[in-house]
Amino acid sequence: MTLLVVKNLHKAFGGVAAARDISFEVERGELVALIGPNGAGKSTTFNIVGGQLAPDRGAVELDGVSIVHKPPRAIWRLGVGRTFQIAQTFVSMTATENVQMALQSAATATFGLWRSAHALKRDEAVALLDLVGLADSRDRSVGTLAYGDIKRVELAIALAGAPKLLLMDEPTAGMARGERGKLMQLIVSLARQRGVGVLFTEHDMDAVFAHASRVLVLVRGEIVARGTPAEVQADPLVRRMYLGTYVGARTAGGDGAGGGA
Amino acid sequence: MSLSFMIAQFLNGLASASSLFIVASGLTIVFGVTRIVNFAHGSLYMLGAYFAVTLMQPLLDLSRSFPMFLLGLLVAAALTGLVGLCIEVVLLRRVYRAPELLQLLITFGLVLVIEDLVVRIWGPLELLGPRAPGLRGAITIAGSQVPSYDLFLIAMGPLVFGLVWLVLHRTRFGILVRAATQDRDMVAALGVNQSLLFTGALFLGGALAGFGGALQIPRAAASPQMDIAILTDAFVVTVIGGMGSVPGAALAALIIGQLNAFGIALLPKSTLVLVFVLMAGVLIVRPYGLLGRPEPLSLRVAVPEGFTRLMPPTPALWLMCGLVVAALVVLPLLADAYSQKIAIEVLIFALAAFALAFLIGNGGVVSFGHAAYFGIGAYAAGLAVKRLGFGMEAALLLAPLAGAAGAAVFGVFVVRLQGIYLAMLTLAVAQIVYAVAVQWIEVTGGDNGIVGVWPARWAEGRVTYYYLTLGVSVTGIFVLHRMLHAPFGYALRAARDSAVRADAIGLDVGRLRLLAFMIAGAATALAGGLYAFSKGSIDPTLLAIPQSVDFLAMLLIGGIQQIGGALAGAAALHLLRVWALPLGDMWRMVLGLTIIAIVLVSPQGIVGGVAQLVQRQRRARTSS
Repeated sequence: MTLLVVKNLHKAFGGVAAARDISFEVERGELVALIGPNGAGKSTTFNIVGGQLAPDRGAVELDGVSIVHKPPRAIWRLGVGRTFQIAQTFVSMTATENVQMALQSAATATFGLWRSAHALKRDEAVALLDLVGLADSRDRSVGTLAYGDIKRVELAIALAGAPKLLLMDEPTAGMARGERGKLMQLIVSLARQRGVGVLFTEHDMDAVFAHASRVLVLVRGEIVARGTPAEVQADPLVRRMYLGTYVGARTAGGDGAGGGA
Repeated sequence: MSLSFMIAQFLNGLASASSLFIVASGLTIVFGVTRIVNFAHGSLYMLGAYFAVTLMQPLLDLSRSFPMFLLGLLVAAALTGLVGLCIEVVLLRRVYRAPELLQLLITFGLVLVIEDLVVRIWGPLELLGPRAPGLRGAITIAGSQVPSYDLFLIAMGPLVFGLVWLVLHRTRFGILVRAATQDRDMVAALGVNQSLLFTGALFLGGALAGFGGALQIPRAAASPQMDIAILTDAFVVTVIGGMGSVPGAALAALIIGQLNAFGIALLPKSTLVLVFVLMAGVLIVRPYGLLGRPEPLSLRVAVPEGFTRLMPPTPALWLMCGLVVAALVVLPLLADAYSQKIAIEVLIFALAAFALAFLIGNGGVVSFGHAAYFGIGAYAAGLAVKRLGFGMEAALLLAPLAGAAGAAVFGVFVVRLQGIYLAMLTLAVAQIVYAVAVQWIEVTGGDNGIVGVWPARWAEGRVTYYYLTLGVSVTGIFVLHRMLHAPFGYALRAARDSAVRADAIGLDVGRLRLLAFMIAGAATALAGGLYAFSKGSIDPTLLAIPQSVDFLAMLLIGGIQQIGGALAGAAALHLLRVWALPLGDMWRMVLGLTIIAIVLVSPQGIVGGVAQLVQRQRRARTSS
């Protein structure tokens, strides 16, 4: 069964339609990129799938179960982990405590009133932080971490629920170029090994075209193109409407480098 | 109900709506611009009334005419505006960057200082002002007598609304005020001189409060108690209308004016309750008031200022706690009877304040009405003993159950809200409980309360009761502390740091907060029960706003970033009060000035300040 099915999603804020008739699917083990200019409706789509927003119309199904109009906490329990465009973490806690919190919630231990929580799920949390490359900073308060590292904490939190579907809103924001590639590589291998479907947005087009299995191009709330990275790059409409500046700039840069050599 | 009666009540309602609006519009403008909930707004209203009483007689002696009366009103308003201006320049300007709770506390410090000054200058008795020349009589409308002064008031409401509207829409200052109300950071980023804007807002707010107070003198005498009374009304109007919205305040004032006028006629005993039920109802349907807007989302990634960081307890901390408890155990051997009584009170307040720290510091649920649960516990214990014939032991078991039940009923509504609206609803709920205690005389004894609530025979001795209190308080604090470090406490703190993230990892934020509200309510009510038996009597002041502010002050004076701050704060505040009480009238002034000084000098509170000193010394030692 298809992991995530989104059908005819529609959402308007006041008179502005942020999502018009959006339909797509995400399979297990694949990375689907949602790209588009600012205000295209990427975060709106994410927030509807994650349960933070309710759509005006349309269906969202996870493994055949409708999750639309369910609260985020219920959607999480059905196997959707997510990160936010503006990272959402527990800033007064250490990185480990952040992940412990998510693990404790997964184990439905959060109404425990007596036993100390300090050691509960600590080893598992440390293992997850190792996985995302944060072993060294695990006992630092999240409020003191660099933004790229906070994004890693968020990823570890999202993974703590052993999700089937990972929603990642700009996972590499705030990271240096080299780190971005490594993090995307990690996500790809996690998706392959664990059969996790990944839906992500990203402004770094290199990351998108290097790692995505499929790409959806969103402009003014509508999906205007979809396909493999190569197909999307070749799409004339996309080139004109959105990628034009990107491809152009890149070609110009390439020419310049060529001229210098 | 006859038509003429309906018309009379309607006009009466309009007159009180006018007065309410004038006061509330000032409060809402000040909040909109500065984001400070100004508890001293009621004090400014009171000052306006006293200024008018003082000015009016000499002015009317010059010429007994209506224009002279009007001049008196305007001068009183302008003087009050100047007081507001001074408050901004001297105090508020220094705390705009401080946590909201500290700002609130400093304005409450001002309430105490101004109340004391008023008693000093004008005396403790009520002062009746002269009546307005030319408006002394009554006019017959549809067969009922309507005082002409009421008609004047009815006209003043729309007039002031029109003038405020003109100021807000036709002057540069007004446009900046509206812009700052919508997005303060953006206005600052555009290079607007903020201190000038804030000073202006406080002048305008103060003048409106003063005008409102001055307008009342022909109807009601000026008294040193009028500040808190009007404050609650003004809060309710601004919250129902939407904080920061002047048209909202007008709409809310109209509704409440009519509700009061007809409510008194239909259900004479329940008007207070009716108003707060309306407020709760409005906030459930519209969580930001009738015409208010949600606060712009803050995008910064930082520890919420002034909230507790929780560290796993260290051996040194346990040792210190052990020493304190040991000292408390031997205390009765060294102290006289009076000191033992004070110590009992400190222990009781420590438990209640710790419960508040549990709720506010760790849970981020800012309660302005903590006294409600203290009072519910005290009344539950007192009523159980006096009316149901319970023993002390059973009554002390009943108290926390009553507190938890009360917190559950109110909490269902409270935990749905955010920020200042949540805080205001807790205040409103506390006022409902207060109103019930005052008005349901057959059961609660009204203002006189209940007397003769004595402990069981075995606990009668002061030393025995001291040990009972010590045992219960220390156990209560220990249990709350366990909960803070258990998964529940963690989850509560997580929900405080980021409700969005908490929800996205499966935490039910509403249920967590509700349970926290109930636990804090139960612990506070237990403290209230202990208090009832220690005093032998109960009265509604246990439930009143000043008692709630006391608990907040304990928390903040002790320091909210360390969970132990509440305990130190409870001891410090109560000892200060005991020390200042023999000063007679002066104690309010001393207390107010101390609160202001602590906020200005050591905003981290006593424990926070000490922790900082220790850290600095440690750093100096390692670097040398």
